[in-house]
Amino acid sequence: MNQWEVVIGIETHAQLSSVSKIFSGASTAFGAAPNTQACAVDLALPGVLPVLNRKAVECAIRFGLAIGAQVAPKSVFARKNYFYPDLPKGYQISQFELPVVQGGAITVAVGSGDKAYEKTVNLTRAHLEEDAGKSLHEDFHGKSGIDLNRAGTPLLEIVTEPDMRSSDEAVAYARALHALVRWIGICDGNMQEGSFRCDANVSVRRPGAPYGTRREIKNLNSFRFLKEAIDFEVQWQINEIEEGRAIQQATVLFDPDSGETRMMRSKEDAHDYRYFPDPDLLPLLIPADWIDRVRGELPELPNQKRQRFIAQFGLSAYDATTLTASQEIAAYFEAVVGIAGAANAKPCANWVMVDLAARLNKEGREIGESPVSAAQLGGLIQRIADNTISNNIAKKVFEALWNGEGASADEVIEKQGLRQITDSGAIAALVDEVIAANPGNVAEYRAGKEKAFNALVGQVMKAAKGKANPQQVNALLKEKLAG
Amino acid sequence: MSLTTEQVLRIAHLARIEVSEPEALTTQAHLNGIFALIEQMQAVDTRGIEPMAHAQDLGQRLRDDVVSEPDRRAAFQAVAPETEAGLYLVPKVIE
Repeated sequence: MNQWEVVIGIETHAQLSSVSKIFSGASTAFGAAPNTQACAVDLALPGVLPVLNRKAVECAIRFGLAIGAQVAPKSVFARKNYFYPDLPKGYQISQFELPVVQGGAITVAVGSGDKAYEKTVNLTRAHLEEDAGKSLHEDFHGKSGIDLNRAGTPLLEIVTEPDMRSSDEAVAYARALHALVRWIGICDGNMQEGSFRCDANVSVRRPGAPYGTRREIKNLNSFRFLKEAIDFEVQWQINEIEEGRAIQQATVLFDPDSGETRMMRSKEDAHDYRYFPDPDLLPLLIPADWIDRVRGELPELPNQKRQRFIAQFGLSAYDATTLTASQEIAAYFEAVVGIAGAANAKPCANWVMVDLAARLNKEGREIGESPVSAAQLGGLIQRIADNTISNNIAKKVFEALWNGEGASADEVIEKQGLRQITDSGAIAALVDEVIAANPGNVAEYRAGKEKAFNALVGQVMKAAKGKANPQQVNALLKEKLAG
Repeated sequence: MSLTTEQVLRIAHLARIEVSEPEALTTQAHLNGIFALIEQMQAVDTRGIEPMAHAQDLGQRLRDDVVSEPDRRAAFQAVAPETEAGLYLVPKVIE
């Protein structure tokens, strides 16, 4: 596979977070009874006219600014013509020649550990358009059922250059984009409900050769499917070429059950959309003061925050990426550090990324629903840092806080008597007891068996109910055994 | 520029308009007449003039993001040929 280079471009449809549709005043709420949110405009009844939703435009501006793109002062809506029952007008209102967002780039972290690297994915454009309705092909006496609730839902279609060179890069980009649209509040990112769906354009070539013929994998609604579909498609294309068959341009679908892609339509019957400017809509004009206002309202962006975490807290790129995966995680982490202090940023990062994340994961909760508040966790980490408790005991305290057994780490430590024993005299007494009670282990250790030492440490910790400071136990035990 | 009969038939197919061979020939003549007009207009020097996307030199007015349309499904579906379980029924289409 080394002699083949993979080339991937991604188109994403992000559903914008407006309460009404892009060209009508019907609701966009998910899950309503069929066709109860499809008004005369969405149904394309004669005589209706589209009126553009300001919120949808504002979302596009936010996105354009967040990726350093040009927000077009003037953009144009066009009709994309095709016939399908869930598209009542016979055309989709989209943007073609003059999209609202032009250019821009997203820098993403790919891989982890030693193999981690940064990759900049350039964007071609992002344009506003309306979604189609939904066709249900199940049993309606051999007919299809049409639900037009989704028709007219505002979408931002985000198109990259063919810049990605592996499925890992594609997934890293898709994840970063997913995090970004949620971060700036323009899309809820709910992939199950179809709020964020990806199409991947995939081709292979010999390094340095012109681009190969691409096939487009449609409607990937999870990151796992995105990776599996690309991996399968790449291997399929390589096999085809190596067996002497040329790739034909085509649109394919990914079947998650078989893990395979299969052809939906070839280039011969590809649509000829006959785009032209929609005479029902005037050009969209975005004055500079509107762009300036939106710029002023943008939060600190994930990449800026990521860079700041690295610079300010000395975190690794990997940690900083994980902690800026969403605004909620970043805010939680910053609140923890705010209490535990910047000097403890690394343990704060570990607690948020490892212990807290695992516990949340186990119960299927989001960080916003954590029973342990950032203030409580920060207080807990302070007590580890000042040696009041060991890391092991801290896990117990964390569990107690999770279960609501105390308002703060301090309260749990006091109530349950978990304060670490750091009094050398007290620890020395325990060490003496253990040495006296375990002559076998002592003899073994003196005979050179390191394992026996660990057994003795365990006995001391047990006698101390886990509360003895581990470093002191080790040092005292060594000292006394040597003496 | 002028269109061939095949191109006229293809456009008719894309627009889902049924056109017979004789109609295609008539339509071809009409369309080519329009192209002749366009060719005359293309003689005008338009260098330096920004193309317009609309006949009116105005910007799109925007509406606030407010839900203003109530559920009128019963009224809309009263005139639909066939409905079931709130859905519009159409001849089966699977792409």
